[in-house]
Amino acid sequence: MTGFRLAQGGRIDRSRPLSFTFAGRAYRGFAGDTLASALIANDALLVGRSFKYHRPRGIYAAGAEEPNALMQLGVGERTEPNARATQVELYDGLTANAVNAWPSLEWDLGALTGLASGLFVAGFYYKTFMWPPAFWNKVYEPAIRRMAGLGTAPREADPDLYDKVHVHADVLVAGGGPAGLAAALAAAQAGADVLIADEQAELGGSLLSARATLDGWLRATLEELRGMPNVRLLPRTTVFGYYDQNYLCLLERRTDHLGPAAPAGISRQRLWHVRARQVVLATGAHERPLVFAGNDRPGVMLAGAVSTYINRYAVVPGKRAVVFTTNDGGYRTALDLAAAGAQVLAVVDPRPESAGDLPAQAHAQGIEILNGHAVVAASGGKRLDSVSVAKLGGGAARGVVCDLLAVSGGWSPVVHLFSQSQGKLRWDEAKHCFVPGTVTQAQRSAGAANGSFALGAALAEGFAAGAEAAKDAGFGGWRAPEPPEVDDPREAPPLALWQVPGAEGRGKAFVDFQNDVTASDLKLAAREGFESVEHLKRYTTTGMATDQGKTSNVNALAILSDATGRSIPATGTTTFRAPYTPVTYGAMAGRDRGDRLDPIRVTPIHPWHVARGAVFEDVGQWKRPWYYPQGGEDMHAAVRREAKAVRTSLGVLDASTLGKIDVRGPDAAEFLDRIYTNGFRKLGTGRCRYGLMCRDDGMVFDDGVTTRLADDHFFMTTTTGGAARVLEWLEEWLQTEWPHMKVYLTSVTEQWATVSFAGPRAGDVLRELSPALAVDEESFPFLSMREGVVAGLPARIFRISFTGEASYEVNVPSHHGLALWQAVMAAGEKHGITPYGTEAMHVLRAEKGFIIVGQETDGTVTPLDLGMDWIVSKQKDFLGKRSFARPDTSRADRKQLVGLLPADPAEVLPEGAQLVWDAAESPIRMVGHVTSSYWSPNLGRGFALALVKGGRDHHGKTILAPLAGKTVEARIVAPNFLDEGGKPLHG
Amino acid sequence: MLLIPCPWCGERDETEFRYGGQAHLARPLDPHATGDAEWAEYLFMRDNPKGWFRERWNHAAGCRRWFNMVRHTVTHEIAAVYKPDDPKPELPE
Amino acid sequence: MADATLFARRRSPLQDHGAALSRGAVSGPRGVTLTEIPHLAQITLRGDPGNTDFLAAVRSALGLDLPLKANTVAAAGDVSALWLGPDEWLIAGAPDSEADLTARLNAALKDQHVSVVDVTANRTVLELAGPSARAVLEKACGLDLRPREFKAGQCAQTNLARTVGILEMTQGGAWRIYVRNSFAVYLADWLLDAMAEYAIDAKF
Repeated sequence: MTGFRLAQGGRIDRSRPLSFTFAGRAYRGFAGDTLASALIANDALLVGRSFKYHRPRGIYAAGAEEPNALMQLGVGERTEPNARATQVELYDGLTANAVNAWPSLEWDLGALTGLASGLFVAGFYYKTFMWPPAFWNKVYEPAIRRMAGLGTAPREADPDLYDKVHVHADVLVAGGGPAGLAAALAAAQAGADVLIADEQAELGGSLLSARATLDGWLRATLEELRGMPNVRLLPRTTVFGYYDQNYLCLLERRTDHLGPAAPAGISRQRLWHVRARQVVLATGAHERPLVFAGNDRPGVMLAGAVSTYINRYAVVPGKRAVVFTTNDGGYRTALDLAAAGAQVLAVVDPRPESAGDLPAQAHAQGIEILNGHAVVAASGGKRLDSVSVAKLGGGAARGVVCDLLAVSGGWSPVVHLFSQSQGKLRWDEAKHCFVPGTVTQAQRSAGAANGSFALGAALAEGFAAGAEAAKDAGFGGWRAPEPPEVDDPREAPPLALWQVPGAEGRGKAFVDFQNDVTASDLKLAAREGFESVEHLKRYTTTGMATDQGKTSNVNALAILSDATGRSIPATGTTTFRAPYTPVTYGAMAGRDRGDRLDPIRVTPIHPWHVARGAVFEDVGQWKRPWYYPQGGEDMHAAVRREAKAVRTSLGVLDASTLGKIDVRGPDAAEFLDRIYTNGFRKLGTGRCRYGLMCRDDGMVFDDGVTTRLADDHFFMTTTTGGAARVLEWLEEWLQTEWPHMKVYLTSVTEQWATVSFAGPRAGDVLRELSPALAVDEESFPFLSMREGVVAGLPARIFRISFTGEASYEVNVPSHHGLALWQAVMAAGEKHGITPYGTEAMHVLRAEKGFIIVGQETDGTVTPLDLGMDWIVSKQKDFLGKRSFARPDTSRADRKQLVGLLPADPAEVLPEGAQLVWDAAESPIRMVGHVTSSYWSPNLGRGFALALVKGGRDHHGKTILAPLAGKTVEARIVAPNFLDEGGKPLHG
Repeated sequence: MLLIPCPWCGERDETEFRYGGQAHLARPLDPHATGDAEWAEYLFMRDNPKGWFRERWNHAAGCRRWFNMVRHTVTHEIAAVYKPDDPKPELPE
Repeated sequence: MADATLFARRRSPLQDHGAALSRGAVSGPRGVTLTEIPHLAQITLRGDPGNTDFLAAVRSALGLDLPLKANTVAAAGDVSALWLGPDEWLIAGAPDSEADLTARLNAALKDQHVSVVDVTANRTVLELAGPSARAVLEKACGLDLRPREFKAGQCAQTNLARTVGILEMTQGGAWRIYVRNSFAVYLADWLLDAMAEYAIDAKF
């Protein structure tokens, strides 16, 4: 038994004991514990196996930088991989397992790889598993994944709720330690709206880990902030991403700490999107490991973490401790250990002397200080049992039996968010760390994040940063309060010791614990020529694990710079990318999942379709009836019945989804003339015309029927999917190219519901519903529009057809859409009116060879390719016309629209099928593809539309569609299958 | 995400806008008097600078107006927004 | 003009959604409600704000000065004009008044290059009200909705959830959302889902 709980002190609540299990064993902890502190209190420091070598690993840190203690939390649908035990708040019933311990934590087969570790040097993936190639998928990768995989994703749907909010703040403070709290207080007192976020459950940061605390100031500050209406405090919230123009993303863990007691209906996590006028980064610093042989043994811990466990959680990670430090901070840990009752055997300090106040205090307490010494090796299996200490520059090592080694290689400011904001880092030669340099956004760093590690300096910087941020956000004229009195100890300069000399040959010295990268891996990579830090990172995988190298990056960089003979700033840093710590996909999805994944658009007639049992098709975001099955019909039977009904009696279609644009102004006709390939200036009032639009490159963009309502007033329809795109494009031409044209465009897509009834009986229905309207051929010819009353409803009636049958499209304001539909159904009943869906509509239009933009076209098809020369004006100019004369657009072998009749009438080709002339050719030449294909009840056979190279010259020829398992022959015909009388054209 | 100052509506999130590519492309006054190469240049060829760029944006979810913006393609700084008929601003250093 | 029989045959996009809207209502200090205000008369007006004849004609027709400041609303009686763009306004009025408003505008603006389009059936209106209304809206909308920034008499066209809408703050401090009819059920359900947590008695 080495780790133990103190009887007093700390910030845990001893009146609230909690039960949890780790690796199948039951343990107890207290409210206020993290999973890590509770495990240490139970002397369960061993928490996993390492990635490559499966070495036993213990808890190493106390915060986000933890490289070893990765946990699989929970089971089943709620399981979560790779949680850092140091950041998991303990709750009653928590279940945790080590992510990387196969087959078990204690007895680990993978540790055998330690014996074969020569295989796992830098770039081992590239070197070892190259040959034979077939082995990669079948042998190497599965084995590596099983042994090295980190955690398991749940297989079930996530049962929890997640949400997002978008907020604006005058000042966002990232980090709730002393500097962050000071900044928030100063900014809030100046009157700014302040949002302060901290990843921990309790705000206070480093103040919570120290013995000599500013407890009174902390309490008073939090109380004051909580009482201010312009302050929002967000504990358990990580600022994980910093984007352009002060856009930051935060992840708030709302109920994770409650475990099974989390209330239903409250989102588990919330993603905050914050736009801040000013940002203060007070993200603190991470302590750096020291690199020596066996520095990964369980029981080697960061010194600051040891202090945190003692002072904050009242757990002491060991009974016999050695401290190894390059700076005065380590002595604070020695004093904390001594105060907690642990035996401090020595402080090993490579500096020739220790002149600061803290070493003096340690000395006064009788703690042995070994100046000019270093720990060259640590040994032990599942627990550290001793360290070897040697004088720098030579001399025999002596062993010290101990169960805890607290290490400090100095501190690295947490500059992740600063770097994400595109700030440039500066290397501080005195402090041996990167600090924020050139700032590129409305932002400032304060405290340890800015390299100001002493408490007094951090507080002063925090207050100043908060006041300045508020001033820059428009809240000046306020003088920041004086920081509280702090008696910081005098400190001697730290030493940079990137790799302990004399440790070579004594065993593996790790730099990146999570990815098992050693100092010799880095040096080998440098020798092999990977001198760029970005190459080194990818080749050795240092810094690429789930911790993104929080403890390893600077050490790795320094070792590389040493190996390549460059300075650290000349070696550079790798890019810091969001997220700072991992973010669940659930939080990114928020409430936009299931039915809310994408908007579902419905027409006013939708309730009727649902009641009728329609099967819906997604057309863009619209739900459109696809077909209406009756009495156990499958899709094909329903579509046959519907398509037949339109040709023989009467069908009705909800066409409300068509895009509709009101075009008005004295230049409206001229504008349409420029937009459409055909002419609109001479279109008579009350007349309709089908038009095709091309982009300036000559490719078909959209189509639809446009009607002249008055001299200066048109009503345009677009494809269902093209409505928004077309309006935006028309506005683009009007606003940017032809601003002198007097035309206004208004979207009226949903103003009008459209009921389209078609078939030989269509006229009868219209006559019945609109007795005042003359429906005969002469008074109401094809391609014209009448305003009238249909079923008592004011309406616009268009005589147009997309099926080839007599057809009327009646538009009424959408609030009358359902009433009109019901009236049409009632009037059509005696004619056997059949509601038909989009599939039957597609069959009917394809029988007539009418194209659908986006089906027969794909942005590379011209009107001429479609054989629609008849709609392309020879006289006027229009968008795209010039491009028809481009060499590529006028090639004879462009893909052209043709009809296809499979040799076997029962065959229905799959849409998208590739077409070839010769299936035996090698390599086989693709000469076209099927764009639309259906079974036609009116032809009694399968038929298709296709784009085929030079297709118009090949009518009558046989082309082949090689499919899986067979090759289908089809005859090329003109793309129209029915004559005017509705008889098949192609025999 | 960019914060784009629409010349009409003020500052809005980038998600409200649609990108329109390079600004100040002049469409040939008479396309049919334009050679194939020149026409292809107008249709397809665009500048792609590393640095300041004058580009078009449409405030699609807001006022639906097209406007121009001077943006740095590396830092995403926005130096100016202006209406289509405003004079072309100088590019910053 | 207004025809009561014809009006009675209208259906709003959320006509069948009343029960869901009532069920979602939350009362108390964290309360929030979502209701539909169906069939408000709506007209899109386009014209040149630099033309004083245009502004004068609109004033004579509607009794209000068109708002020329971006994202603001002018109102006179039950008619209001929302700025949507530099030459575009949405005129809103009492249900069944769209024919009257259109006629008045057309008469006053005869011979001018303008556009007066009845869009009454293009959108419906949702009203989100109560102490938690802003918090609910902040889940759907990226605009700065702080009271200092978005006040009564302001409006904005913007993204709402995954659709777009026109947001207006009423004089009473409620939020009106003009949403395209086809998106109305989607948006209402989205907001109801976002409201649900305020009915739970838990402090978060």
